Amino acid sequence: MSCPTPSTTGRSSISCREGRAGPGPLGRRRRAGQGRAGQGSSSFLNPAHLIRSINDPEHPLTLEELNVVEQVNDAESTVAVEFTPTIPHCSMATLIGLSIKVKLIRSLPERFKLDVHITPGTHASEHAVNKQLADKERVAAALENSHLLEVVNQCLSARS
Amino acid sequence: MAAAGAGAGAAALAAFVQDFVAGQQDGRAAEVAAGVKDGSWTVLQLVEALGSCLENTDPRTRGRGIQLLSQALLQCYSLLQEKEVLHLVLFYENRLQDHHLVIPSVLQGLRALSMCEVLSPGLAVSVLKAIFQEVHVQSLLQLDRHTVYSIITNFMGTREEELKGLGADFTFGFIQVMDGEKDPRNLLVAFQIVRDLIAKNYALGPFVEELFEVTSCYFPIDFTPPPNDPHGIQREDLILSLRAVLASTPQFAEFLLPLLIEKMDSDLQSAKLDSLQTLTACCAIYGQKELQEFLPSLWSSLRREVFQTASEKVEAECLAALHALSACLSRSVLSSDTEDLLDSFLSSILQDCRHHLCEPDMKLVWPSAKLLQAAAGASLRAYHRVTRSVLPLLLEQYTKHPQSSQRRTILEMLLGFLELQQKWGHVEEDESSLLSLQAPICSVVFSALTDPSVQLQLVGIRALTVLGSLQGFLSPSNLELVVDHLIRLALHEEDSQSSEAAMEAAGSLAPIYPKFFSGRMVPRLEEELRSEWEEESSHDHCSLQQRCLQALAAVSTHTSIVRETVPVLLQHLRKVQKGSEARNAQDVVSVCQSLHRLALQCQQDAEGCWYYHQTVVPCLLGMSVQAATQESTHPLLGKALLEEEVLAAMVPVISAATTHLSPELAAQSVSHVVPLFLDGEVSFLPQNSFPCSFQPFEDGECLEAQRRLVALLMAFVCSLPRNVAIPQQERLLQELLALSCSCNCPFTATTAAKCFAGLVNKHPAGQQLDEILQLAVNRMEPGLVEGPHRTQALTLLLWVTKALVLRYHPLSAHLTDKLLGLLGDMELGPAAADGFSLLMAESPDVLHKGCHADVRIMFRQRFFTDNVPKLVQGFHGASPDVKANYLKGLSHVLNHLPKPVLVTELPTLLSLLLEALSCSDRVVQLSTLSCLQPLLLEAPQIMSLHVDTLVTKFLSLTSSPTMAVRIAALRCAHALTSLPTTVLLPYKARVIRALAKPLDDKKRLVRKEAVAARGEWFLLGSPGR
Repeated sequence: MSCPTPSTTGRSSISCREGRAGPGPLGRRRRAGQGRAGQGSSSFLNPAHLIRSINDPEHPLTLEELNVVEQVNDAESTVAVEFTPTIPHCSMATLIGLSIKVKLIRSLPERFKLDVHITPGTHASEHAVNKQLADKERVAAALENSHLLEVVNQCLSARS
Repeated sequence: MAAAGAGAGAAALAAFVQDFVAGQQDGRAAEVAAGVKDGSWTVLQLVEALGSCLENTDPRTRGRGIQLLSQALLQCYSLLQEKEVLHLVLFYENRLQDHHLVIPSVLQGLRALSMCEVLSPGLAVSVLKAIFQEVHVQSLLQLDRHTVYSIITNFMGTREEELKGLGADFTFGFIQVMDGEKDPRNLLVAFQIVRDLIAKNYALGPFVEELFEVTSCYFPIDFTPPPNDPHGIQREDLILSLRAVLASTPQFAEFLLPLLIEKMDSDLQSAKLDSLQTLTACCAIYGQKELQEFLPSLWSSLRREVFQTASEKVEAECLAALHALSACLSRSVLSSDTEDLLDSFLSSILQDCRHHLCEPDMKLVWPSAKLLQAAAGASLRAYHRVTRSVLPLLLEQYTKHPQSSQRRTILEMLLGFLELQQKWGHVEEDESSLLSLQAPICSVVFSALTDPSVQLQLVGIRALTVLGSLQGFLSPSNLELVVDHLIRLALHEEDSQSSEAAMEAAGSLAPIYPKFFSGRMVPRLEEELRSEWEEESSHDHCSLQQRCLQALAAVSTHTSIVRETVPVLLQHLRKVQKGSEARNAQDVVSVCQSLHRLALQCQQDAEGCWYYHQTVVPCLLGMSVQAATQESTHPLLGKALLEEEVLAAMVPVISAATTHLSPELAAQSVSHVVPLFLDGEVSFLPQNSFPCSFQPFEDGECLEAQRRLVALLMAFVCSLPRNVAIPQQERLLQELLALSCSCNCPFTATTAAKCFAGLVNKHPAGQQLDEILQLAVNRMEPGLVEGPHRTQALTLLLWVTKALVLRYHPLSAHLTDKLLGLLGDMELGPAAADGFSLLMAESPDVLHKGCHADVRIMFRQRFFTDNVPKLVQGFHGASPDVKANYLKGLSHVLNHLPKPVLVTELPTLLSLLLEALSCSDRVVQLSTLSCLQPLLLEAPQIMSLHVDTLVTKFLSLTSSPTMAVRIAALRCAHALTSLPTTVLLPYKARVIRALAKPLDDKKRLVRKEAVAARGEWFLLGSPGR
């Protein structure tokens, strides 16, 4: 199994957010979809909207606070998503990447070529994770693991 | 004779006793008891008859004997004499020492005796003493333990004084009785007893801690009722009952508070919540003395929870507990020598929270602010203590942080504190820290209003509203500034959100400071409206004018302002209607919208309403009549006021100005308006020199323009209260009827039909009504068959049917049948089918509750039960090319029906609805889909029988050429996932494949629905859903 199973060692392992949810989210960084997002994506369903509702594997919150930056090219049918774990050792990075990838596979027409990777220089084992996410076979194999599929589905189901 | 009767009775009694004791026939007990009740034998005789069994050496036989006696006593304890009771009590007390098999029956007997009113003084105490001494309650069965609690409860209810004589021994005895109780049913009773012990001031003596121990050992309650529990005791019942015990006396404080502090740290959220809620409950009765020792630990626990928790519920309970603590400390009376605990408590809160407010990353800003606000909201004293320290800090932070997002957070916190001040009303001169900060607060709020960030502006506007509502806070010069800011934001701010919020704020502040708004804002707006007129209109000016009109309406929330704004709006209306371009119609509509909003705002105020009616209605009528009577080459061209759109916008204005009139004033007004239309009586109009006479109901080619004004007549006359008599009503109805049947202009004909229907709906029942209806039917029926006015006749039929259906008039059935018949008509069928939607829907201008129409409740259900079978029958009998009409009619009826009714009728209609899905008419498809979607969610069991058809139909409709149908079909496909998973799994792969296509739809809204539906289908049957 290439992807790590989610650790339950405590909250400290995820630092994908700063500050707390509240009426005035001062502590947050840019929201998903700001930054470079939006250019060229107005003609299509913005992937930022697709990704923002994914649940964090360990918290009752979504990935909206995660720095997700993406580039879409509708004509060439490519989607590139960069995501940034805020500490370099975030053990959930692979799982988050996998969740983003699965969500996009399910939500975009087949003609799109997907590329999900970590923002360069933001994770200790960046290359290993990127390689895993880029490998179709390994992603398919990961989704046949029912335990892993369960965690991914939990990330993707709508919160009631 | 009596002796013989007694003898026979004794024999029968002996036989019964024998049957019960030796024969084990339980039924005999009832007969024995009945015998005692009707006097066949006495209790003494019963005891005598039992004599031998009560002395028997076998404990089973003795038990059986006592059981019979106890059961008889339970039936007839009220008949006993004082002396009998005495002897029975002594007997039973003695029996408590007997064999354990006997004890349950003995307790039953004592329970019966405990309900006797004639129990001699002293006996209750002796019974209880005996029980405490002889019986080990917790080794008994649940039912017998319950009996003991009942005995105690009975005595506590009737012999309170005697039991109190026992002193603390009673408390101690009870503690021993309930110690170790496990059954939830018994616990509820036991908790109630403890509550009474405390509430009724029984002596607890040295046993306070024991009593606390014996109850608090259940805290926090951990109980899950077994499935199919027949007793229906919920976890919540036990929690509330135990909480009432624990929070019933300050004597428990020293033991309870450490327990609560410990449990707040629990890993179980339920334990946390229970502890916090119990703490809140305790604060209602505790004082300084009880809390003093524990305040530091309580505070640190609460702080920890609020700072760390991810659960909103825990946070809310923590804040409630802190609020209660602060309120409790504020209540205590201060004596000169003791320390002010509230002050020191708030100091520690401030010390721990203050610095978070100024940390650059603002990480714990909100939790700290919420804690401070919870503590400050408890009392005026706490509020002053907290705000004295926090407000200057926040103001300082605001200037320190230049970013608008940070400023917004700070201002929102400030706003929270200002809103708390509202609770105590006006600002007091002497003590208020707020008043001394007036200048900096105002400058901060004003700076927010000029900030480019819309979010910050919005918070600034909210803050302004709060400041304005604090009486005496804003000085006159500040108020002028406030008004200027609001004018600027309302008129010139680009973002519509800010502009709307500013108008909203002006509306809520205007009643408090009417002079400032009427003196400053209204003239400014008037000026803007005028100055604009001189320049050539560009797009910017056009929107500025719009904003001015909206602002004028928004600010008119006080009678004195209404009197200034209404003339301004009317003046403006006179100006714009003179032009001839298309834009003028638009402008007139905007003015009408503002007038409508204004009308709604002054409806409740009788005086303002009459002023408005008197000013606006004649003015609108006068201008329209003027326009309609002008000589012109073409009757309609170049008159903005006569366009359909404009007349339709005037209707709600006149209607809103009329609905809330008192009957006397309405009668006064109706005596002017109706003669105007019937006889051309123009004298009451403001300018009454018209080029030619006004005769809308006369025949004549050139009167087309005048006839359109029937819309205004409709708005007025259909909105009158039902008890206002309309002069010449019969003549008016006949004219309207003639106009609706013969007019070539669809607008005029429809309006006349609506007006006729509106009047008929309110017409009192009787011969006159029947005559006029007969007249209408006679006009309508030939018109429907043939001729140039078939559509007009159908419109009239629809509106009259609606008027009668609403009031359950008997003729409505006949008219509905007529309508059903028309569904088969090639020409009128589609229009008749759409008519069903008109019948069932709420109409915006006439025939609704707001304009006093006679609308019976549940008319839709009634229409449904009366007519749906006919629709279904008609569908089956119809030729293929008109079948769609029946389906359309049906789906309109179903669409407006309340969903609960629909679910019960579903099984019979479902096959028809599924057929409607294959119909090629997109209106039918759409309304059927929107009808099916809630049903999928609410009645999944019935729907799952048809899953195959549903899946096929929905998937094929996702490629419909109409966007709305595609969206609705995808929503239904999404709703399908609420059916049982096992039913859906065979279709999963097919649906997922089919939904890939709409993912690439050219419309964004369709793609969005496709993503949602497909995502949900992927999760079906997968782990982790």
